[in-house]
This record gives sequence, structure tokens and C-alpha cells, in this order.
Amino acid sequence: MKTCLVVDDSSVVRKVARGILEDLGFCVEEAADGAPALEMCARAMPDAILLDWSMPVTDGLAVLEQLRSSEAGRTPKVIFCTAKNDMEHIARAVSLGADEYIMKPFDSEILREKLEAVGLLDRVD
Amino acid sequence: MIRPADYDFFARFLKERSGLILTDDKHYLLESRLIPLLNRFAIPDFARLAEILKSNEAPIIAEAVVEAMTTNESLFFRDKVPFEDMARSLLPALCAARLKTHTLRIWCAAASTGQEPYSIAMMLAEKPELTGGRRVQIIGTDISSEVLERARAGRYNQFEVQRGLSVQQLLKYFVKSGDWWEVVPQLKAMIEYRKFNLLDPFGGLGTFDLIMCRNVLIYFDVPTKADILARMSRQLAPDGFLQLGGAETAIGICDAFRPLPDHRGTYVHTRAPATIVAARR
Ligand SMILES: C[S@@+](CC[C@H](N)C(=O)[O-])C[C@H]1O[C@@H](n2cnc3c(N)ncnc32)[C@H](O)[C@@H]1O
Repeated sequence: MKTCLVVDDSSVVRKVARGILEDLGFCVEEAADGAPALEMCARAMPDAILLDWSMPVTDGLAVLEQLRSSEAGRTPKVIFCTAKNDMEHIARAVSLGADEYIMKPFDSEILREKLEAVGLLDRVD
Repeated sequence: MIRPADYDFFARFLKERSGLILTDDKHYLLESRLIPLLNRFAIPDFARLAEILKSNEAPIIAEAVVEAMTTNESLFFRDKVPFEDMARSLLPALCAARLKTHTLRIWCAAASTGQEPYSIAMMLAEKPELTGGRRVQIIGTDISSEVLERARAGRYNQFEVQRGLSVQQLLKYFVKSGDWWEVVPQLKAMIEYRKFNLLDPFGGLGTFDLIMCRNVLIYFDVPTKADILARMSRQLAPDGFLQLGGAETAIGICDAFRPLPDHRGTYVHTRAPATIVAARR
């Protein structure tokens, strides 16, 4: 079973994402901030990380930077999922190694497509 | 509410003007699409609207009724496979058979809000080798001026740009303006949008190397589909390709076309040379 770590300080967003991801067949872990997310990754790298940008202590960009600085941290597909919807933010995240980007608010269709795009779901033709 | 005689009239009117078939169970659809229009033109009820249409005195209202009844849903790279087929075999086959000086002409026959022509433009911008330096002309037509205006503006909301497009495509081919994502001028310049009704003669459009006519024939009855397909076959180069939507077929409807093996939804002229059909994956 593929694993996805949902990193978001909003418990509502985590819950919504969990529901969608579980329906898609993912095993879901949650973290409410960047630091615990990095710890969880150090213990077991997930296949995908759904990553919020703004979090109280360690934000998504910092998570991405640290994660991508290690060899093992290059394997997970990172999908940014944030309300920061302008070009500069998106370009920044991509340049630091994000594989995809979802603008909040999102729906199950978009999440499914992005997981397909990063190769973690089979395409339904 | 709509009286049966008026409903029948609207159904006949729509079939005649746009080909749309309104079956007997579409009262709700008709009402929900036309009520905003009654309000907009301050028309008291459907009976009065029917009278206005019958009188032929208000072409603007007639056009608004036709437009209100169209379904305009579209997506970037909708169904993906047709675009992959185009890149993998159709364009290479066309290029192999054409001089470098030939302008490749592509027709999106139901362009709606532009996602389909922009997807083609994006693909060609991304992989210029697909056309081997040939000029490309993409013509997007639709019966609705409203959707064509949106297509020309090339502005989409964040939900529209996230479906079907990768984040790299978004960054490369769009700029954000306010809440909208707007297609870059480079892509806009590749497409010409024209208002055009598929029921009208195609003569003025010229000949195309590739026709995409997707998710529009489903709204028509078989004789209308047959007529449009037969006329389209005359606008298609002898070795050109026609791509239909996922729920559409030419089989059993129009014998001018036969399916291209291994390319779902793609058709060639029935009398096309066997070599095009050898265009493979
Ligand atoms: C569902 S959209 C298809 C968009 C695009 N081809 C796709 O597959 O995503 C159907 C379009 O057909 C247009 N249409 C309906 N009847 C038409 C007619 N008689 N002539 C030209 N366009 C028509 C509608 O205005 C609408 O924009």
C-alpha cells in the first residue's frame, strides 16, 4: 500500500485530505507542523507528501529544503497544497523540488489528478 | 411553467438552430437554463418567449436561447489519449507526407472555452519537433459567442488550470492576473477563433490536416451527425485525421470514415491509402 504524509496545521484540511487519500487506497499519516513531519520522514519515508506552506513553526518550504538535502529525501513525491496561489510561490516551490502544486481550496478530482501526474496512481482512461 | 405546445416549439427551434436534440424529459433543463434569460430580457413567461422566437423579430434573443442551451464543459488535455495519439502518430504521419513549406491546419470544431485548442498549442510549443518547423494554423470554432469570448481572453480560474495541466505547464504558459490565470500571448497567437455553426456549410473554412470534433455530436440526432460527418470528410485532406470524443463514433453513421486501428476515437477517410493506417504507436 502506498503511503502519504499529510502535513498541515489545520485539522480540518488533514481530515478532508485523509478521507480522499484513503478512498484512493493510500495509507495516511498526519503531521500538524514541519518539524514532526521531518521526524516522521526520518523514521520511514512516505511515497507522497501533501505539504502545506504556512505552518506555525517550520513551514512547508523549510520542510522541502531539508528533505531534499538528503539522498533518501529525494524519493517522496512532494505535492504542495496551499492557499499561496501566485506564480512566485509556485515557482519557488518547484525550484526547491516540489513535484506538483495544488491551490487550496482543492477537491478530490484535483488531488487524484496530481497523484496520477506524479505517477502514484494509475490513470483511469 | 412550460406548456407542452411551447416545449415542442422550443425543441423544434433548438434542433433547427443548433442541432440540439431536446428529448421529452428535459423540462427541468430547459427551464433552469432559460429562466435567467427571461429575467435578463424582462420576458414574463415561456409562452411569451416562444412567441418572440416565432416572430423572428429578436435575433439577439434567439441567439441567447441557443447559447443558453449549449453545454460548454471542457478541460485541458481532456481524455489525454487523443493528444498523445496526435503527438505520437498523427502529426508524425502528417509531417512525413508534407513539404516543409506546408502550413498544417487543425480545426477544433467545438472549441468551447478554448481548453482544447490551447492544449494543442501548448503541446506544439513544448515539442516544436512535432511539426518539423512547419507553420501551424489552429482554428477554433463554436456556435456560442459567449464561450468564444472566454476562449479569446484565455482566462481560467484556478480549478480549471489545475485539471489536466502540470505545474510546469502552468508556470510556463500562464500568467496570473488578479484571480485569473491567463494564457500567454505566444499560445494565443497560434489560434484563430471564429463563430461558426456546424449546421452551416463548411466551404469557407478550407481544408484541414486534422479535425478535432469532440463532445458535440453527442447532442445531435443520427441524421444530423451523419450530415456533419459527411461534410467534414470533404474538408479533411485525403490523408488527414478526424478525432471524435470518447462517447462518439462514426461507425454505422457515416461511411466516409473508418476508424484508425489502435487509436480510439481517431478516423481516416475510408478510401485513404493503406499507408496512413500504418501510422503506428
Ligand atoms: C461540451 S463542449 C466540447 C468542448 C471540447 N470540444 C471538449 O471536448 O472538451 C460542446 C460545445 O459545442 C458547441 N456547439 C453545440 N452545438 C453547436 C453547433 N451546432 N455548432 C457549433 N458548435 C456547437 C457548444 O457551444 C459547446 O461549446
